[in-house]
Amino acid sequence: MARLEVRKTYKLYIGGKFPRSESGRSYEVVSTGRSPKFLANAAQGSRKDIRDAVVAARGAVKGWSGATAYNRGQVLYRVGEILEGRREQFIAEVSASEGLTKPQATKIVDAAIDRWVWYAGWPDKLPQVLGNLNPVAGPYFDISAPEPTGVVGILAPQASSLLGLVSVIAPAIVSGNTVVVITSEDRPLPAISLGEVLATSDVPGGVVNIVTGRTAELAPWLASHADVNAIDLAGATELPWGELEAAAADTVKRVVRPAGDGADAVEPDWLEAPDLSRMTAFLETKTVWHPKGL
Amino acid sequence: MTPRFEYAPAPESRSVVDIASSYGLFIGGEFVDPADGKSFKTINPATEEKLADVSEANAADVDKAVRAARRAYDRTWSRLSGAERGKYLFRIARIMAERAREFAVLETLDNGKPIKESRDVDVPTAAAHFFYHAGWADKLDYAGLGPNPRSLGVVGQVIPWNFPLLMLAWKIAPALATGNTVVLKPAETTPLTALLFADVCRQADLPPGVVNIVTGAGATGQALIEHPDIDKIAFTGSTGVGKSIARTIAGTRKRLSLELGGKAANIVFDDAPVDQAVEGIVNGIFFNQGHVCCAGSRLLVQESVADDVIHRLQRRLQTLRVGDPLDKNTDVGAINSAAQLARITELVKAGEAEGAQRWSPECTLPERGYWFAPTVFTGVSQSHRIAQEEIFGPVLSVLTFRTPDEAVAKANNTPYGLSAGIWTDKGSRILAIADRLRAGVVWANTFNRFDPTSPFGGYKESGYGREGGRQGLAAYLDTEGTH
Repeated sequence: MARLEVRKTYKLYIGGKFPRSESGRSYEVVSTGRSPKFLANAAQGSRKDIRDAVVAARGAVKGWSGATAYNRGQVLYRVGEILEGRREQFIAEVSASEGLTKPQATKIVDAAIDRWVWYAGWPDKLPQVLGNLNPVAGPYFDISAPEPTGVVGILAPQASSLLGLVSVIAPAIVSGNTVVVITSEDRPLPAISLGEVLATSDVPGGVVNIVTGRTAELAPWLASHADVNAIDLAGATELPWGELEAAAADTVKRVVRPAGDGADAVEPDWLEAPDLSRMTAFLETKTVWHPKGL
Repeated sequence: MTPRFEYAPAPESRSVVDIASSYGLFIGGEFVDPADGKSFKTINPATEEKLADVSEANAADVDKAVRAARRAYDRTWSRLSGAERGKYLFRIARIMAERAREFAVLETLDNGKPIKESRDVDVPTAAAHFFYHAGWADKLDYAGLGPNPRSLGVVGQVIPWNFPLLMLAWKIAPALATGNTVVLKPAETTPLTALLFADVCRQADLPPGVVNIVTGAGATGQALIEHPDIDKIAFTGSTGVGKSIARTIAGTRKRLSLELGGKAANIVFDDAPVDQAVEGIVNGIFFNQGHVCCAGSRLLVQESVADDVIHRLQRRLQTLRVGDPLDKNTDVGAINSAAQLARITELVKAGEAEGAQRWSPECTLPERGYWFAPTVFTGVSQSHRIAQEEIFGPVLSVLTFRTPDEAVAKANNTPYGLSAGIWTDKGSRILAIADRLRAGVVWANTFNRFDPTSPFGGYKESGYGREGGRQGLAAYLDTEGTH
């Protein structure tokens, strides 16, 4: 008789730990395809889970943004190494989650790993590309450099469960931000496996916090949370994202709108090469003046 | 005198390195014998024991290496995406870090520098240099150097003996990241870490011919520089040789970057935090036995605090430990070669003959090997040879000044312009003085700091081009339009 597999319990990833939802709820996650199969029960996160995640993210800002850029680059590269080591697992998960053939899923996973490595090279280059000396008309040393904005809320893409996810998390944390991610509602499992990668890659607990659940239920709490500095609405493709943006305005959050025209929100093709915009969206520019004189 | 604590010997074990009795040339991904079978020996300058026989590449060998580099450029390296090139460099960075102990011990054996410097500075900084440039390989469009930056082709690189592995990293990492292939010639007295780097290339599965290492002396370097199929030359070494290279390639289309000598002024104002400044002065000139092109070899100290600074400096120098480079407590190691020791000795004699006062702390030098005690000259005037010429050894010349203008004038009174130091509590003064110094790197209230993100290189006869940072990439990229 065939051996019975040992299944994994998918939980949340908050503050470097894997708790169940404080609400005690879960929901059934099934595969994508003609005959959907049961994959797992995902934790159905709550408002309280979001708030706990924000507390963890805020607590991690000081250490992560205070680490040297070189150190952040090395830690992020380490994530790429561990992702590569779990390549087969992610291919299986992405294949089931997104209804892809193995070659299709392989292409997606490889692109996700390479995407992560691309971002891993950025921490010590972003200030060099975006910062500059300002030739002010006076005897002053005047320099502008980017700094992270703080805690970034992210609605992860709904369709692209790994490549899309990586493409929104990595650019936010490169510069020293920490994030609270609400995963794809129907395809949340690769996100929790990514949490396992982060937990074993020297990424400090709290830098990335991952909550699975109902996007429509959770997103308003994240968008309106007073201790969140910015929000990426990539995954608000089935939601009135304008309302989330309006809620974010209460604390002047920086907002990345979902792709699309007008009120329509669509998922971009995540295989396209990224630009700097998802990194720059979550940066502040700090300018320092100092007099020159003997 | 401050009592010097007696420490028990704490030698690093040599067992981590496995030195072959002889080495071939690393060409096209494998070690090959030189065409005419010639070799020379490399020794441990701290003991004069022979470490290995190393091949001496002649013009035919250099030609073979350049062909291998060209083939690798045409067939593989220039066709790879930046992301894939970057992955190779990430591998190299990781392997260097994994084999850090081995590199550090080997560097100390072949060079004579203290193990704490090779372990804490040379090797980690070299690995960091590869890591930093790995990330650039697929981001060159963002480097701000203009649209469509393109690789140059085959690069010939000649490096000195003072930081053998680190200089290799400074040369190879940006060249490969920008899509070029290289033929590198390490210094004849310190070839071993470059030859060990060949093994890193093997472990990283770097395509054959992307990195080629030819060992030899001046003639080998000359053959590389004169080779018609080299697109760019990068040289770190003496100003004399740098000028000769510039003359050699004049009238060709070869590009050139030069990192040459220096005679840095370390300027101490009367409001400087004195103990911190003294540490900086010591680090500035006695780090790596003063075998540092950016060494703070001229101390310019404001007259009102000169006696105090010199007194504290002398007291501090009495605590320096000179001796076995493999000992983890050693501060100052061996002079790299007999030739360099002779040059230092000659210049120090000239300093005495010209009337400066020579002082050294009491220290017992080992009987075998090449050694020179830390030395301070006071009463130095600007015309003295020890104030003008690069000594490249543990010898500090102290001059004084009264006003900031005088400090700047004296600091700039040299054909060199590599680096400078400023010590003062006043931020506005740091910035104003830095503006007026004709030097490529200015350290304020610190000295001898190096980072892959920070461009390094000189003004005037200290060379041109920068290494590190965004600017360093420019030395290996064609960013020109039609005019």
